[in-house]
Amino acid sequence: MARAASIQTRIGFTALAWGIALLLFAPILWTILTAFKTEAEAIASSPTFLPQQFTLENFGAVQDRSDYFKHAFNSIVVSLGSTLLGLAIGIPAAWAMAFAPTKRTKDVLMWMLSTKMMPAVGVLIPIYLIFRDLRLLDTLHGLTLIMTLINLPIIIWMLYTYFKEIPVDILEAARMDGAELYNEIVHVLVPMAVPGIASTLLLNVILAWNEAFWTITLTSGKAGTLTAFISSFSSPQGLFLAKLSAASLLAIAPILLMGWFSQKQLVRGLTFGAVK
Amino acid sequence: MGSISLSHVKKSFGEVQIIPDISLDIKEGEFVVFVGPSGCGKSTLLRLIAGLEDTTSGTILLDGVDMTKAPPARRGLAMVFQSYALYPHMTVRDNIAFPLKMAKAPKEVIDQKVEYAARTLNLSSYLDRRPRALSGGQRQRVAIGRAIVREPKAFLFDEPLSNLDAALRVNMRLEITELHQQLKTTMIYVTHDQVEAMTMADRIVVLNAGRVEQFGSPLDLYKKPANRFVAGFIGSPRMNFVDGPEAARYNASSIGVRPEHFTLATSPAAGTWKGKVGVAEQLGSDTFLHVHVDGLGLMTIRTDGDQTFSHGDDVYLTPDPARIYRFDAAGLAL
Repeated sequence: MARAASIQTRIGFTALAWGIALLLFAPILWTILTAFKTEAEAIASSPTFLPQQFTLENFGAVQDRSDYFKHAFNSIVVSLGSTLLGLAIGIPAAWAMAFAPTKRTKDVLMWMLSTKMMPAVGVLIPIYLIFRDLRLLDTLHGLTLIMTLINLPIIIWMLYTYFKEIPVDILEAARMDGAELYNEIVHVLVPMAVPGIASTLLLNVILAWNEAFWTITLTSGKAGTLTAFISSFSSPQGLFLAKLSAASLLAIAPILLMGWFSQKQLVRGLTFGAVK
Repeated sequence: MGSISLSHVKKSFGEVQIIPDISLDIKEGEFVVFVGPSGCGKSTLLRLIAGLEDTTSGTILLDGVDMTKAPPARRGLAMVFQSYALYPHMTVRDNIAFPLKMAKAPKEVIDQKVEYAARTLNLSSYLDRRPRALSGGQRQRVAIGRAIVREPKAFLFDEPLSNLDAALRVNMRLEITELHQQLKTTMIYVTHDQVEAMTMADRIVVLNAGRVEQFGSPLDLYKKPANRFVAGFIGSPRMNFVDGPEAARYNASSIGVRPEHFTLATSPAAGTWKGKVGVAEQLGSDTFLHVHVDGLGLMTIRTDGDQTFSHGDDVYLTPDPARIYRFDAAGLAL
């Protein structure tokens, strides 16, 4: 009896999990399917599930109207650039907080996190003016810089959590073995923290790739990334639903694939330290 | 090379004073053991010498040079940690080579020294393994190998054997003592195990609450303990203490008698103190009797292994009058 009940429970939970997963995936699936419909079919009052007239013309139209590859290139530069810059700043910062804490370290960590709780629009005007005066508007390096800064708290927090798991004895042994700070970090800490650093890198590439608020407000033609590319297809007028879907699909495909292949690493990274 | 001198070294963590004021002179080539109960500050003292903690005040001289403010990497000391602290991402070879790489030694020199250290420590066949594929004893050898190749001014050992099982601990104890005889380099060894201290040390520093209770050779501490704390800490099983009127008969506030300094009798005529055997621990070579002495409490008596006693037996104890330790009210030896 107990066995039967447990099988029933398991079937129930499995069905529930699948239901939730499908619910979450539904909008993405709908976007994928719409990308292959004609504009007329996409907007039809009795919507179709599968494309009745399978077409690739939306993708051609999207590439013709605004350059996908240029935007994709910008996305790659900004997401990778900001993540690498963030790691270069975050690794020494997290080292200091994990291995040389002071009375104020906890406060600094909380303060950094608190900046993520503020709505971005709250600092839009000062940042826009600073960017205008420093001539950073619509530049890749300006966008990389702001992306580094907004993601830095998350980078430092994640690295801090991983570094806390590393026995301080091993770093002290390196010091006793004659390693100065640089060698201690490069030859001992970083190789031991590779899983943590890798998942920090993956998560931040994804966050920077998907960031829309600052890319849309601080760029126009030159430095626009794929999120700006999608938004250029969202228009209150005209038949753009299928093209918007095609543009979205093109924009999310690379990161979706990356996420798919690295999900094991990401899950391991995000639950790191949860179980000793 | 290898003298270490501490002068009025103090260490506090915030409000908490760990080491109130310690001055010590460790001679070149000496094997010194810091021993004391947990929390006595022995590890902190070692870490101050290593440079892993900053002193609050006082000076540390290594070979006569003031190193109080020098970072650990510049002090030229090597340390073996309780947790071994091997680099898990490196092979045994790379672990041992690491200090030499940091010192930018040429590759041939590194290879030669690593091979030599590996041969000395019986690690030659494990050089390409990672630390996780080694047993505890082997890991400890790698940690020692990593310390040896640096040819340091002194070796610092922080409870290096406490993660090993009993049999291995005895072996490694001998190996470290032999290593000291072979290298003749200054060694400071921290332990809470007084047997390790007695068997390995040239001189022992007994620490209690951040203070040096006594600094001397193992037999000095055993024969002439400076105070009740040292008397109780050195020697196994520990010394028996008696307070009150019985101690007053010897003009002392308390007296101590070691378990091995009693004569044991079964007839009342020969005995001073009468008691009943509680537990008899028979080790074969020795027997430890835990005796409930009338009016004085529990005492441990060491006797030879051929004696057979059992629970409830009446015994009569006579302390060897020449080996009764007398202490004043402050616990100092009289």
